[in-house]
Amino acid sequence: MSAVAPEPANTAPAPEPAQTSRAKSGPGWLWAPMALAALFLYLPIAVLVVMSFNASSSPFSWGGASLRWYGELVNDAKILDSLRNTLVVAVVATAIATVLGTTLAVGLARYTRSTALAAFSTAPAILPDLVLGIGLLVLFSLLSVSLGLVPVTVAHSVFGMAFVTAIVRARLNQVDPSLEEASRDLGAGAVSTFFRVTVPGIAPAILAGALLTFTLSIDEFVIAFFTNGPDTPTLPITIYSMVRFGVTPEINALATVLLLVSLVVVLAVARIARRTSPQEPR
Amino acid sequence: MAPRTARRTGGAATRGPRGERLALLAPGLLYLALFVGVPVLLVLATTVLRRGRFGGLVFEPTLDNFSRALQPVYVGVLLDSLVIAGLATLLAALIGYPVAHGIARLPQRWRTTALILVVLPFWTNFLIRTYAWIVLLNSQGLVNDALVGIGLLDSPLTLLYTPGAVVVGLFYAYLPLMVLPVYASVVRLDPELPEAAANLGAGRVRTFFDVTLPLTLPGLLTGVIFVFVPSLGNFVVPELLGGGKTVMVGNLVRDQFLKARDWPFGSVLAGAVIVLLVVLFALQAAAARRVSTTGRA
Repeated sequence: MSAVAPEPANTAPAPEPAQTSRAKSGPGWLWAPMALAALFLYLPIAVLVVMSFNASSSPFSWGGASLRWYGELVNDAKILDSLRNTLVVAVVATAIATVLGTTLAVGLARYTRSTALAAFSTAPAILPDLVLGIGLLVLFSLLSVSLGLVPVTVAHSVFGMAFVTAIVRARLNQVDPSLEEASRDLGAGAVSTFFRVTVPGIAPAILAGALLTFTLSIDEFVIAFFTNGPDTPTLPITIYSMVRFGVTPEINALATVLLLVSLVVVLAVARIARRTSPQEPR
Repeated sequence: MAPRTARRTGGAATRGPRGERLALLAPGLLYLALFVGVPVLLVLATTVLRRGRFGGLVFEPTLDNFSRALQPVYVGVLLDSLVIAGLATLLAALIGYPVAHGIARLPQRWRTTALILVVLPFWTNFLIRTYAWIVLLNSQGLVNDALVGIGLLDSPLTLLYTPGAVVVGLFYAYLPLMVLPVYASVVRLDPELPEAAANLGAGRVRTFFDVTLPLTLPGLLTGVIFVFVPSLGNFVVPELLGGGKTVMVGNLVRDQFLKARDWPFGSVLAGAVIVLLVVLFALQAAAARRVSTTGRA
């Protein structure tokens, strides 16, 4: 799944040694695999986007341009219900993940040198979603918590927290802790130093972590599949039952909308990441 | 700023008052322990229990679940999963590795754009991306149309609902996860090292295999883990693109938990995935250690 996705935020600001010679030489023959990969990555998506404007109800043949499937999409009660469930889960999970992830990151970066604790904090991002899904299913069953949106929210907040912690901790390592020390020396308490000095310094990283958690939660299927109940499907679970029981052009319209939303979020995260990275001129 | 930061954070470990430390670290760590640590331990503990008559667990220790997992039918599924996930990973490495090198050679301002283009499909819904291949590989789909259209085929091929379709689906789903870590290791590679090799008379092929490849190996291995691990446990792609004919270990685990309600046996199968994962991480860590002692990457 998306369990291993913090890379975009991590790789963008990577320190890059002098490489003028390499940049000058250009990709050369490597254009070939790059073009191939671009075609491969975008052909399926392009087909979906084009077919979403298809008037025909056959998903395979073109019957003229129309917005018919977008009309069906906004009137589909099942999709709208599951979208609402997904948004509720994503908002609550993001809130929990952001608060716990940020405090944990500050704790790990400023108050301990333990690498074991740091490794543990990234565990949910590395663990296969299948294992986390069945583990939480067993846990909630033994606790007699009925499956539904609460377990899904907990699950999503857990892996979101791993990403928030990782991103915020990386940022904290670039922020000079002497600012916080100065604040304390000047008589500010621990709490007001945290909110007035530490948090403003890492705000972009907190925001990037929150956005990442939100997108991952909206898209998450496997853990929700194990921990959700039958009455409150999230959007991915509804999509799963749609694609499993046949191909309908409505999915193409949904795919196009989701693609647009992802595009906006990814661009926002990239922008924030660039602003947090000190070595890249704006 | 860097050395100063290091010194300061180094000193911070013993300086923070106990109350502050606890307030910052305890909530997050407890949350993780309860909802990650405990579930994983439960899965491991479940492997030695018996299933109840109506699902659930009976607390009598047994090793039957392990001997059952060694039956040829289950070992076969495990091997099939390894082969399918392995092929998807191999394809991802063959395409992703040169792509990452290509991106690293782009002018600085194009690199971010290229990386976003690589990541963007990853952010579209996984199920929808898989579904796109149903549309493409179908007997009336674009791939068959194109092959028949250019005269390569007389009649459409059966592409969908084959193990090959599963490999392509997994490769497609996780290709970005190969490109990103390789890219990170390529941009960290000191360009003077391959240049030095060339100046000392090594050919391009030798420079690549003796200098570039070993130094970017940790990134490549990270990519291998990032692609292989989610491929191995995947049950959506085999179901949607394999049409239920290709069964992978993820499908077995899902069925044991949600259909057969045999949690202990499902846990043993999931445990096999965890063990493989640990082995892979150990290999990656060993390779990374070797590079950090022999070169700068």
